[in-house]
Amino acid sequence: MRRVYLDNNATTPVLPEVLDAMRPYFGERFGNASSIHHFGQDARAAVEQARESVAALLGAKASEVVFTSGGTEADNLAIAGLVSPGDHIISSRIEHHAVLNTCQHFEHSGCEVTYVPVDSRGWIDPEEVRRALRPNTKLISLMLANNETGVLQPLEEVGKIAAEADVYFHTDAVQAAGKVAVNVDAIGCDLLSISGHKIHGPQGAGALYVRKGTRLQPLFYGGRHERSRRAGTENVPGIVGLGKAAEVALHGLQRGEDRKLSAERDRLQAGLLDKIDEAGVNGAGGPRVPNTTSIYFDHVEGEAMVIAFDLKGLAVSTGAACSSGAIEPSHVLMAMGLTADRARASIRFSLGKQTTAEDVDFVLELVPQTVARLRDLSPSYHKPAGKDVLAARS
Amino acid sequence: MCWLPEVELMNSSSTIAVAMSGGVDSSTVAAMLRAEGHNLIGLTMQLWNQRRLAGREGMPESVQGRCCSLDDVYDARRVAQHIGIPYYVVNHEERFEQEVVRPFVAEYLSGRTPIPCSLCNNHLKFADLIRVARQVGADRIATGHYARVEFDDASRRWQLKRPRDLSKDQTYFLFGLTQEQLSRTLFPLGNMTKPEVREAARRHGLALAEKPDSQEICFVPGGDYKRFIDAYLAEQGGELPDTAGELITTSGEVVGEHTGIHNFTVGQRKGLGVATGSPLYVIQISGAQKQVIVGGEESLYSQSLTARRINLISVADLRQPMRVTVKIRHRHEPAPATIEKAGEDEIAVTFDEAQRAVTPGQAAVFYDEDVVVGGGWIA
Repeated sequence: MRRVYLDNNATTPVLPEVLDAMRPYFGERFGNASSIHHFGQDARAAVEQARESVAALLGAKASEVVFTSGGTEADNLAIAGLVSPGDHIISSRIEHHAVLNTCQHFEHSGCEVTYVPVDSRGWIDPEEVRRALRPNTKLISLMLANNETGVLQPLEEVGKIAAEADVYFHTDAVQAAGKVAVNVDAIGCDLLSISGHKIHGPQGAGALYVRKGTRLQPLFYGGRHERSRRAGTENVPGIVGLGKAAEVALHGLQRGEDRKLSAERDRLQAGLLDKIDEAGVNGAGGPRVPNTTSIYFDHVEGEAMVIAFDLKGLAVSTGAACSSGAIEPSHVLMAMGLTADRARASIRFSLGKQTTAEDVDFVLELVPQTVARLRDLSPSYHKPAGKDVLAARS
Repeated sequence: MCWLPEVELMNSSSTIAVAMSGGVDSSTVAAMLRAEGHNLIGLTMQLWNQRRLAGREGMPESVQGRCCSLDDVYDARRVAQHIGIPYYVVNHEERFEQEVVRPFVAEYLSGRTPIPCSLCNNHLKFADLIRVARQVGADRIATGHYARVEFDDASRRWQLKRPRDLSKDQTYFLFGLTQEQLSRTLFPLGNMTKPEVREAARRHGLALAEKPDSQEICFVPGGDYKRFIDAYLAEQGGELPDTAGELITTSGEVVGEHTGIHNFTVGQRKGLGVATGSPLYVIQISGAQKQVIVGGEESLYSQSLTARRINLISVADLRQPMRVTVKIRHRHEPAPATIEKAGEDEIAVTFDEAQRAVTPGQAAVFYDEDVVVGGGWIA
């Protein structure tokens, strides 16, 4: 069966050049980056080169990059490393669970959290953030690009607000870094999380940008790795892969590959909306990352769509999977004011560097057919008059 | 409407959705059908989040209930991987709460003794499974129930029949299946005994072949439904309605107080808190008056009952009285009786010999030998 993977916001395939860069560090160049001998020095050189590549992607200094096991650890380190009981945190209703559940944890242990809302486009209003400030506000944590809709937040304004109020500002840039130009100084953030496997690097490698002078409590204790900010022997192959992926992503952005990706995404989106009535884009009408579109198909359950698509060879996703793997309505789409039915009828398509025009053609064939079949089984759907005539003409 | 067997559904190229609970029975069904060469899709229905009430109102902190536990989903997924079929978990928590949990709580609070498994089968499991199955491209579903389904040429109807292993008979919980549902349902274990099923599980290399059977109500940890009701009502922000009242005898004499009608079941002897010379039993529970009526064992016997919300399976209608056997609770030997239409959606059951503890809220299921004629809810 032909299989098309449009779930790149979940994870991406490791690029061949990334795998090539990683491979020696599993074998002949296996050293512990903390060792003083040749093997250690070789591994250390690779880690530091990767640190420079990640710093270059973010417009940061290498010394400000802390390697972690991924985006979730980076988010946890940013929040847990800064707040203590009595502090106030400002976050939003559309954050990834890595931030939301960390905030909730600190709510249970003596912190207060304000979750600012978003409008129907999925935007945070920076003025809401300003209004939420309190004397004890310690940290603002807002995502740069949303994982479900791809909507980019106006964070530069939040950065100014944070600087004026002298409050730490963290952004989860896991879905933005490598897809759009990201610069920590332009955003004005003190902390920024990224993940390797969302940008064609390996799973299990991520990084937290920590602005010079920001004092973080470590999450766990051990050796003095990563300038005592993250104990534990470095995951050298993973870090090398993350560095290479960051390098490839930066070159791609410099060559304008993101415009090619957004053109395919737009063709997919326009094609689906053209062929399918009672459908629409969630979070359209503003800047989004180039690879993502979230589309609702009224009268159909996303759960059934995801399964039916998968059985026909298309991998996409909806909402967030709970621990059993069952699907729950998306908190992001609900926060944007969608009804539960429409949130459940939404599918996220996310493209990657490996996505071809033929892949998009395949989706443009399969999705309208499947949605039509599912709507035939749906009690709430009534075929609009004249639809068949239109379909025959197109 | 007549749901005829469709010949094209019978060939092995059609797709079957297997309802996989993570237990031995449904896992074996999947393995057997797979070995026969069918296209299969494994589905687990996520019905209830066991962690939801954990630690609340005396509920255990650790999750003990069996329904949709992560362990069961894990087991089902491992079986699907082992036999090489696609597998998905589908979320029916909202519908389950609406169609099963709420009625379950409401029934107890009004003095009846509900059977959630039948509520689930009648109102959710089969309808939703078939709907999901059709959405994802499967024509039929298969489950691990012990029952048989056959098309009867003479009556042109789908029949539900008791299984070969009568000790595992689950037809009592399946009396609500419609002709359309039966036409799309396979019960591959209908001609097997439980030991044969375990043997088949071993033969197919299923790691869970020795996993113990589950007996209790799936979403009620440890079978303690009273604690579950308290915890659920507390979670809903509702107070437990005060259903305390009088304990009276069949002759109308008040002999004590009770703590709430949902703590009692017809036939119950222990925990009445009344000391008398002869043993007392709960004879009847009056939801309206919040009274629990107690009496001697002889008062427990009834010659007749009325069943409502009827589903007929082997016959389209009940035009004249019919000789059947009637089962009034899961562990009850069907008793000879005559059934007769008593009103719209109502059947009168007259037993040849009076039956002990006829309990409102339970089902009365009618059998003609091993064929399920139909059933209804005891009024």
